[in-house]
Amino acid sequence: MNLGLYVHRDTPLHRLPAGAKLAALLAAGVIVFLIPDPLWLLPILGAVFGLFVAGQVPIGQAAHQLRPAAILILLIFLVHGAFTSWALGFLVVMRFAILLLLAVLLTFTTRVSDMIETLERLLIPLTPLGVHPEKVSLTLSLALRFIPLLFDRFTRIREAQKARGLDRNVFALLMPLMISTLRMADSLTEAIEARGYDPDRPVAKRR
Amino acid sequence: MIEVVNVSHRFGENTVLEGIDLTIRERRVAIIGSNGSGKSTFARLLNGLLIPEQGTVRVDGADTRDDAKAVRRKVGFVFQDPDAQIVMPLVEEDIAFGLKNQKLGRQEIARKVDEILERYQLSDLRHHHTHSLSGGEKQLLALSSVLVMAPDYIVLDEPTTLLDLRNKRLMLGILAALPQTAIVVSHDLELLTGFDRVIVFDRGRVVMDGPPDIAIGHYVELMS
Repeated sequence: MNLGLYVHRDTPLHRLPAGAKLAALLAAGVIVFLIPDPLWLLPILGAVFGLFVAGQVPIGQAAHQLRPAAILILLIFLVHGAFTSWALGFLVVMRFAILLLLAVLLTFTTRVSDMIETLERLLIPLTPLGVHPEKVSLTLSLALRFIPLLFDRFTRIREAQKARGLDRNVFALLMPLMISTLRMADSLTEAIEARGYDPDRPVAKRR
Repeated sequence: MIEVVNVSHRFGENTVLEGIDLTIRERRVAIIGSNGSGKSTFARLLNGLLIPEQGTVRVDGADTRDDAKAVRRKVGFVFQDPDAQIVMPLVEEDIAFGLKNQKLGRQEIARKVDEILERYQLSDLRHHHTHSLSGGEKQLLALSSVLVMAPDYIVLDEPTTLLDLRNKRLMLGILAALPQTAIVVSHDLELLTGFDRVIVFDRGRVVMDGPPDIAIGHYVELMS
């Protein structure tokens, strides 16, 4: 289980700064909602597919990620068709599809760390309000790193409990997981300190 | 030079280290002892992860109590469980983590990451998710992430415990080639071949300190 979807390829899309890609996604969001005719959205959708090819996105993996959202989009289309009009349903679905595909494209072609770094920079103006961009960025990175690890530990504990006949005992599952998580948090603190992490370090000085 | 002067430490009522006086100048030093003998606690003192209740630890004159940041720049620490040490989602990001903390520029970080990935044959894994690595690859990454920071000393806590024979041999080769002073906490006596000095801990005290053949002999006797 990995939370990041980034797949490394040497393409111009991959090389584009995360901030530019996020800004483009935001701009696309505004543009597609300003366009009133779904037929005008068709060439944009075509261009998005073109970007998938240009970004060498593994189509199977992308399709797998998009499957749950595709079901939701289909439902939206059907609900619109039934209660408003098929034309409006088509328009809404086109808008969602374009944005969703662009978001998936972004995650496949941008390292999470680059996105987090961009977010960190965007948060700098909020520092006087008590926001610590450095801490926010580390928290997000650690979540991405440790959620799969916790999931593994959960699976391991569940298997150990099953082996001892404790099939449906939530307490027997959660207690060891909680203890293991606290221990991990302790070790993690040590590991971060050992590698010189300073939470009060100004972001600008890192560049 | 690392100086440990009259160090004692307790966790609650439990005394884990008592009256430790040591000076480390050798290139390869091993710390051995039974479980609970205090060796891992001792290792944590060396880069300021733990400040002793009593006594002083100094690394090239810098006191871990007063100047922990300077000490951590000098002393790298590799933990027993790499999963507890790898903090970033991608291999190259994890290697860069310590360098960013050293406030290096983007280009210098990229250069050093490239260099270390190349040196430890991790280049093919640079864009991989750290979670998907094998145990041996994780241990190698954990070591590389510390070595990239170019510490003068490196402390390794049980570096071979979770490794298979192939990766253990790889680790032995890397350890032998390290230019730094290496202080290795280990149960694995095979690891200590070629070491300059072996220190045996028992119940929080140093019970033997000398060349490997003599110290290991004493340890084996102690264990039997």
